[in-house]
Amino acid sequence: MLEIKNLHVSVEGREILKGLDLSIKAGEVHAIMGPNGSGKSTLSNVIAGREGYVVTGGRIVYKGEDLTGVEPEERAAKGLFLAFQYPVEIPGVANTTFLKEALNSIRRYQGEAELDALEFVKLMRLKTKHLGIADDMMKRAVNVGFSGGEKKRNEVLQMAVLNPSLSILDETDSGLDIDALKIVAEGVNKLRSKDRSMLIITHYQRLLNYIVPDKVHVLANGTIKRTGSKELALELEEKGYAEFDGTAA
Amino acid sequence: MIRTDDSSLNFLQNLNIDRPGLPGASLPWLNALRQNSKDLFIDIGLPTQKMEGWKYTSLKPLEDAGFRTTNEDDGLVSIEQVPPLLPELDEVPRLVFVNGRLQSSFPTQNGLPDGVYLDHLSNILNEMPGWAEKHIGKVADANGLPLVQLNTAMMDTGYVLRVGSGLVVEKPIEIIFIGGVTDNSIAYFPRNLIVLEDGAKATVVEHHTCIGSVGSYLSNMVTEITLGASSNLSHYKVQAESKDAIHLGSVQALVASDAKYDSFTLSIGGRLSRNEILVQLNGSGAYAGVSGGYLMRGNEHCDNTTTIEHLVPDTSSREVFKGVLDDQSRAVFQGRIVVHKDAQRTDGHQLCKTLLLSSGAEMDAKPELEIFADDVKCSHGATTGQIDESALFYLRSRGIPEAHARNLLVQSFLAEALEEIPQEDMKKAISNKILHWLPASCYLSEEWRET
Repeated sequence: MLEIKNLHVSVEGREILKGLDLSIKAGEVHAIMGPNGSGKSTLSNVIAGREGYVVTGGRIVYKGEDLTGVEPEERAAKGLFLAFQYPVEIPGVANTTFLKEALNSIRRYQGEAELDALEFVKLMRLKTKHLGIADDMMKRAVNVGFSGGEKKRNEVLQMAVLNPSLSILDETDSGLDIDALKIVAEGVNKLRSKDRSMLIITHYQRLLNYIVPDKVHVLANGTIKRTGSKELALELEEKGYAEFDGTAA
Repeated sequence: MIRTDDSSLNFLQNLNIDRPGLPGASLPWLNALRQNSKDLFIDIGLPTQKMEGWKYTSLKPLEDAGFRTTNEDDGLVSIEQVPPLLPELDEVPRLVFVNGRLQSSFPTQNGLPDGVYLDHLSNILNEMPGWAEKHIGKVADANGLPLVQLNTAMMDTGYVLRVGSGLVVEKPIEIIFIGGVTDNSIAYFPRNLIVLEDGAKATVVEHHTCIGSVGSYLSNMVTEITLGASSNLSHYKVQAESKDAIHLGSVQALVASDAKYDSFTLSIGGRLSRNEILVQLNGSGAYAGVSGGYLMRGNEHCDNTTTIEHLVPDTSSREVFKGVLDDQSRAVFQGRIVVHKDAQRTDGHQLCKTLLLSSGAEMDAKPELEIFADDVKCSHGATTGQIDESALFYLRSRGIPEAHARNLLVQSFLAEALEEIPQEDMKKAISNKILHWLPASCYLSEEWRET
């Protein structure tokens, strides 16, 4: 699904990722853990194609295709999804309008017929019910006045509707209390399938109690320092990142 | 002594300022008013950028165009050509002016109750001269604004709406001004009167536009509004004019106790437009909501200048202006809130935000608060910014193509101003106008039209 080879990325002329390798197969859930400033958010942004994140070496191959130079909307249309750490508020645009535009843009790209208003409403009812999300959230402006938990659930809802092959969850646990975290994790778990891969980026282990990964990677100073099973997360929780980020004795 | 400079004189020479056959020519009081205004205008001339209120807007384009007043040969339109603003409302009362002349062939009085008068200025001057004398010049002329003086001297057309005490006009009244249906550069001078007596309620929708985006014309318009106690006027103005059009409009409103004046001005085209709005709140409980949107491209220039005067205790006002500027376009917002000495417990808020889509676009914002009372709640704010890159990335990361994502963000930006429109059908009509302004190549959402 995703093959990252020797990836070097600079932001504003400063190298953040320094030869990162990562391979995720279809249906796998991987977690990337790392201290602040290790390059976690840079990795998620560069996979999604955000401007300002310059690939200076290596490549990102998604479903066999090199993503270099592919616009963010095209990546989304090819099945890539980034759940934002800080979902953006868009006043004056109803959540339902936004999601319908997004879905139909992707369907157009994929050569499928657009959903009309009625078909879309039906789909939304199904998805919101499945995830236990109130209809009222769809009528409100995108993320405006949403609580931290609602914003993250809205990201999960978008993921459910857009039905991506690869989802990247960037610090999805940040700003959530334990109840909200459980609800969001439950939503994510419902979307796990043998065709969908996930990359969970997090600072803390606790999210991984609820979304159990197949593999855990430690990212520090721009490269993957270690890869292991889910137990690696517990070890990190106990020992911290000191041994990886050069602050260890 | 004539102090007017050469450029103002050149402008005036073409206008035939003393021509015969103007509305109300047989009324001595009106002739005296015209003469007085003419003298004042010749004395002060056209505003220049040396004047405080005109610092950011130059009337140079007006001097260069060589406008002359209109005559019978300056074109007519058929009803099919009239650009719709309220398409679903076929049966609304409607006046259509073409180059300032009323097209009397179109029905006008649809659904107006008894006690409501809607007509051309000259008919009202003929039929109710005593009533007209009590209102014309009573709200506007005291302010001594040069363009009001010019209009008073020149007034050659206009509409009058009078709604009797306690009467409610349910349907919106649409007034359409079409300019430029001629090869000449022409000028017209509408003088409008809206008088709502105590407890009356009405909605007036002005559409200033052209046919096929062409025509060189000047509209120098003054609208005098008198709102009686507990009356309620919603006043919309949509300006979608040709790229050579000049619109210099001044609205002056006097609002009595517990009366409500809501105004929304949408400017989406024209070489130069100035919308000046002056509201005097002179009864306790009076309210003014003065808002608008401006969307400019090319070398268009739009100036919204407002003054809200809180004259007595317990009055309130709200202003939200939002605009989007592309290419080399420019916009100006000058917003004054004046709280007079006795106007305690005034509540006045003002906001102006502009989105620049191009590095060549320019916004000048000048909010002013003048407060002479001590127990007041007033605020103002003005910001100018660009498209939020993180919002743009958010939309694109969901599969929405960049051009369309930008459109959505422009719509999103303007939504705050549209929220000020109290009537849903008008909000929809104005949203539609905005959608048509956005680049046509982009896919636009159905839902947004409906919200």
